[in-house]
Amino acid sequence: MDQLQNYLFIAAILFSLGLMAVITRRNGVAVLMGIELILNAANINLVAFARFGGMNYSGQIFALFVIVLAAAEAAVALAIVINIFNNYSSINVDEVSQLKQ
Amino acid sequence: MEYILSWLIWLPVVGIVVILFIPREREYIIKMTAVVTTGIQLALALFLWSKFDSGLGTFQFIEKAEWIPSINIFYSLGVDGLSLPMVILTPLLSFLAVFVSWNIDRAVKGYFALFLLLDTGMIGVFLALDFFLFYVFWEVMLLPMYFLIGMWGGPQREYAAIKFFLYTLVGSVLMLVAVIGLYLNCGKTFDIPTLMETAPNALSGVMWWGFSAIKIIWILLFIGFAIKVPVFPFHTWLPLAHVEAPTAISVILAGVLLKLGVYGLLRINYPMLPDAVFWFSGAMALLGLINVIWGAMCALAQTDLKKLVAYSSINHMGYALLGMAAVIAAGAVNGGNQAAAQAGLSGAVFQMFNHGTISAMLFILVGVVYDRAHHRDIDGFGGLAKQMPLYAGMCMIAFFAGLGLPGFSGFVSEFMCFIGAFPVFKVIVIISTIGILLNAAYFLSAYKRIFFGELNEKYKDMPEINRRELLTVIPLAVITILFGIYPRPFLDIISNTIDHLIYQVTQMGGYAGF
Amino acid sequence: MNIFIQFALIIYFLPLAAFVINIMFGKRLPRQGDWVSIGAVGISLILSVTMFAGMLLDYNPDFKVEAFWRWIHLGAFNIDLGFLIDNITITMLLVVALVSTMTHIFSIKYMEGDPLYYRYYAFLSLFTFSMNGIVLANNLMLLYMSWELVGLSSFLLIGFWFEKDSASTAANKAFLTNRVGDIGFFIGIMIIFMYIGSVSYGDVFNGVASGELTGTLLTIAGIGLFMGAMGKSSQVPLHIWLPDAMEGPTPVSALMHAATMVAAGVFMMVRLFPIMSPDALVFVAYIGGVTAIFASVIAVTQNDIKKVLAYSTVSQLGYMIMAVGTGAYIAAFFHLVTHAAFKANLFYGSGSVIHAMHHALHKKHDDETDPQDMRNMGGLKEKMPITHRAMFISTLAIAGVPLFSGFLSKDAILAGTLSFAVHHPVHFLLPVFGFGAALITAFYMFRLIFMTFYNEPQKPELIDDIHESPWEMATPLVILSGLSFFIFFTLPYFNPFSDHGWFTDIIHARDSLVAGTPTAHEIAEGIHHSHFPAMLLSLFVAGGGIFLAWQMYLKKSWSPDSVSEKYKTLYLLSYNKFYIDEIYSRYVYTPVLKLADRIAFFDWEIYDKYFINGFGRVTNWLAKLTGKVDYEGIDQGVVDSFGRNTRRAGKMLRSLQTGKLQTYMLFALVGVIFIMIFQVV
Repeated sequence: MDQLQNYLFIAAILFSLGLMAVITRRNGVAVLMGIELILNAANINLVAFARFGGMNYSGQIFALFVIVLAAAEAAVALAIVINIFNNYSSINVDEVSQLKQ
Repeated sequence: MEYILSWLIWLPVVGIVVILFIPREREYIIKMTAVVTTGIQLALALFLWSKFDSGLGTFQFIEKAEWIPSINIFYSLGVDGLSLPMVILTPLLSFLAVFVSWNIDRAVKGYFALFLLLDTGMIGVFLALDFFLFYVFWEVMLLPMYFLIGMWGGPQREYAAIKFFLYTLVGSVLMLVAVIGLYLNCGKTFDIPTLMETAPNALSGVMWWGFSAIKIIWILLFIGFAIKVPVFPFHTWLPLAHVEAPTAISVILAGVLLKLGVYGLLRINYPMLPDAVFWFSGAMALLGLINVIWGAMCALAQTDLKKLVAYSSINHMGYALLGMAAVIAAGAVNGGNQAAAQAGLSGAVFQMFNHGTISAMLFILVGVVYDRAHHRDIDGFGGLAKQMPLYAGMCMIAFFAGLGLPGFSGFVSEFMCFIGAFPVFKVIVIISTIGILLNAAYFLSAYKRIFFGELNEKYKDMPEINRRELLTVIPLAVITILFGIYPRPFLDIISNTIDHLIYQVTQMGGYAGF
Repeated sequence: MNIFIQFALIIYFLPLAAFVINIMFGKRLPRQGDWVSIGAVGISLILSVTMFAGMLLDYNPDFKVEAFWRWIHLGAFNIDLGFLIDNITITMLLVVALVSTMTHIFSIKYMEGDPLYYRYYAFLSLFTFSMNGIVLANNLMLLYMSWELVGLSSFLLIGFWFEKDSASTAANKAFLTNRVGDIGFFIGIMIIFMYIGSVSYGDVFNGVASGELTGTLLTIAGIGLFMGAMGKSSQVPLHIWLPDAMEGPTPVSALMHAATMVAAGVFMMVRLFPIMSPDALVFVAYIGGVTAIFASVIAVTQNDIKKVLAYSTVSQLGYMIMAVGTGAYIAAFFHLVTHAAFKANLFYGSGSVIHAMHHALHKKHDDETDPQDMRNMGGLKEKMPITHRAMFISTLAIAGVPLFSGFLSKDAILAGTLSFAVHHPVHFLLPVFGFGAALITAFYMFRLIFMTFYNEPQKPELIDDIHESPWEMATPLVILSGLSFFIFFTLPYFNPFSDHGWFTDIIHARDSLVAGTPTAHEIAEGIHHSHFPAMLLSLFVAGGGIFLAWQMYLKKSWSPDSVSEKYKTLYLLSYNKFYIDEIYSRYVYTPVLKLADRIAFFDWEIYDKYFINGFGRVTNWLAKLTGKVDYEGIDQGVVDSFGRNTRRAGKMLRSLQTGKLQTYMLFALVGVIFIMIFQVV
């Protein structure tokens, strides 16, 4: 049970779910949640590799950084979503396609 | 003294600079500048004549300086018996033409600046001894002419100017090709005296696309010069340009520019391509005949006086062509008839000079009546001899000089051209003597219609020719009569150069060189 | 320098100086400068007389002085101009100077009051100068030049009253017709120069003698030179200008178109006779013979007094030319000299009559009546006794009546033709022409005298105003009448039936230099033998002609009208001058002018407009074509299509770019997957 592959496997699933959410969900908030999932999948990987790779605690420290970053990112991203909502009266990302122009 | 030729060429440029600094309203000062410039130039030319050694027959007063050394181009000047008459004639006609253009009423400043530029170009062509320089001056001459016709000309001036420009440009381009051909085949030099010596040998046997290079270069150069002469199929720019150009420019056009053709042929074609002279002289005599008859017939039918004079130029240059063709008489195949060759070539050069003075006189006189009546319709006058006896007298001198009456220089040169060409081209010469008759016919019938008969009521207050106009005609009339009575001063200048040329053509050339 | 040459130089250049002075300052000089010209010609006359006296004192047939100056010097091609003075020259100089002086004097009154009086005298001087050039020349070149200058002065003087259209037309016609002849002359000179290499008479004669120029070429050269003479001496078919030349003032007609200028052709033939080949001479003889008879036939029916004289001149010149052709060229020269005197006199007489008629008509304010028409004259004998006598004497001379100069010279010519026909029976027509012309000449000359001076006046209202001319005009008449008598030409002998005298003594014929021609001696022998029959015949025909004229115009036994009615065709032909002018106009002038028009039209309207401008047009078209190719093909098609295609590709690709981050993410994922697959594979 205590093997690297298991962690990686879980992290992969988590990443895939996150990616799935990012790509397919229309709700902006859901997309953000997907991103959180991806970040946490990365965190698992970091911690797992630190644990099994003999790299002291740098993996864990890095994971902490990512959590802090994710918090900051969530704050900024939610602010953007709120702004989008203010402008478009919607947080459906399909409608926010000004990049296309 | 040492740089007299350069002075001759660049003096008008000094004049241009001076004129450009004069405010445009000070027309009198502008004109006087032009008078002084051309006057000094004329004095220089006469001084040159006095210092010229006619016993030599080679280039004199040579100036040579490097210009574009990388491709062997020199600023090289010189004068010999062939160019000296033209070097005298050009400033003379320019000087007179300034007075003829006294009444130019618009853009005086521009007019005289361009006029002086034209002067530089003309005299430069006659003095250049470097082919490239020659070409440059040749083109320098073209541009002011275009503007002078196009801006100060008659009603159809733009058409005439562009036609003149394009037509002569075609000639220049062909010439340029030939120049490059010569350059590449004859030791990479543009030096005319060197080319005279090397070209006949360097080119012999060279074939381009299956044709002899000599023939190709000859044809290119011939067309280039023939357009200027103008020789028969290339002549139609001339009447138009003459008719549309202002009087002074017609004078220059007939007096100097047409001479460039003959001059070019004698300066370039004859010594450099002597083989082709023999090959082509038959055609040249024939073209001369056509020029004589065609020009005369066309002149006979004209109702526009200026056009008549223009066609008479074509007619007169035909005589020069006949005389030039005579040079082959001195060849061994023709029995070495040196006398005929001398007569023909000297006659051609003399005819070129005489046509310069006579047709200039004719154009000035046409201009005089045009200034008064504002038309040139021959049938629109009548009886002017009563109203303007002095003018009628001057016209009579000019017309009779034009029809080759003995006592005028035109006769001597026509006679020499004929008598020179006769031994080689008997039939052609005999037919072209009809030209003498037609010549008289068109001049006399025009004279009768303008001056004889009852005075046309419209012109009963026509003012007589004035002093300024007389001043422009009389020197020419005097020259014409003096050389008509005693041509030796002129012939002495050219005779040694002509001998040199005949030697060059007959010794270097023959029928065998191809 | 020889004294003769010095005299010749003065004689030659003095009139030229007079011309220059008069033409430039004549208007401002007192008497409009006529004295300048008269003085010049007077000095010429004095010098000529001196030379003539010298010649007579010397009495040497071989007298000859030559001088020349180099005119063109090119080394191989040289031409010398110079003077040749021998007995022929001196005699001719005297003739020119004399008639010229007479004309100058006669003109003082005749031209009085003309606004261009000074110019008239200037032109007369110019003429004298040029004519002396012809006489003095020792070479073909100076001859040709003077020849044309004479043509110029003739042009100026015929067209003197240039306001009259007929005068200026006649002037042009004279000049141009002469030029036709001059072309032949010129060709002749060219042939001679080509083969002999010189134009001076001496060299040319030597060249021909040594066979440098022979055969057909010599004949062609001879005929060419003769063409010049045909033009100047107005031989058929170039005779058309002389009758029209009568538009000039009458003294001019007397000087130029009767006595001197038109004789230049004969003079030239006399000079050049030794180089004329037999074939050329036959041509010359026939031209002369035909001219003689042809012109005399025309003269019969003309009514204008000057026209009659003009055709008479043509006919007499034909005589002289015919004489040259038959070898009797000294006889031709003799006739030239005698003819100069009496024909000039006839012209002065007619001038005097016209002057009188003109004044009478002027007084009556009659501008309609033609003062020259003989039908308006008649009965002038009493009113103008001097004129009448002078003209009568000259008429006797021209008709060939013994005691007068014309008899001697005409007789010599007729003897020459007769002798020629005896030796060459093929040419029997020549004496027929000669005697026929003699008959007709006698007839029409007396017709002129009778119509002008005898009978009742046709215009009686004028007769009171007709007066004899003033002394300036009468003097020449008297002097020249005197010279119509034989005695001046036969001194020191007094036989009116023989031309033996100073003339025949010192002016000798030269042998022809062409092989196959009879020597001068043989010709002289032949003439001598034919002398008597010719004289009898000529007396007979002259008498016949006079008798006919007397019957028809004085006694009026036969009416001229009925005769002309009877021979209508001939009459009309003669009256209309054989329609020569019309024929020329129809078959020469008009077609040439038309051709000129066509050529000019072709040159300007077709060749230039379509062919030369065609180059422009083709270039233009090509330029447009290349422009099109450049814009639509290269620019629009190639260059711009890069842009267009890029845009099209962009459009296509843009559909991929939804603007949705999620799609981009998907692409990124797909990309990563691809990369991974490629990594693995």
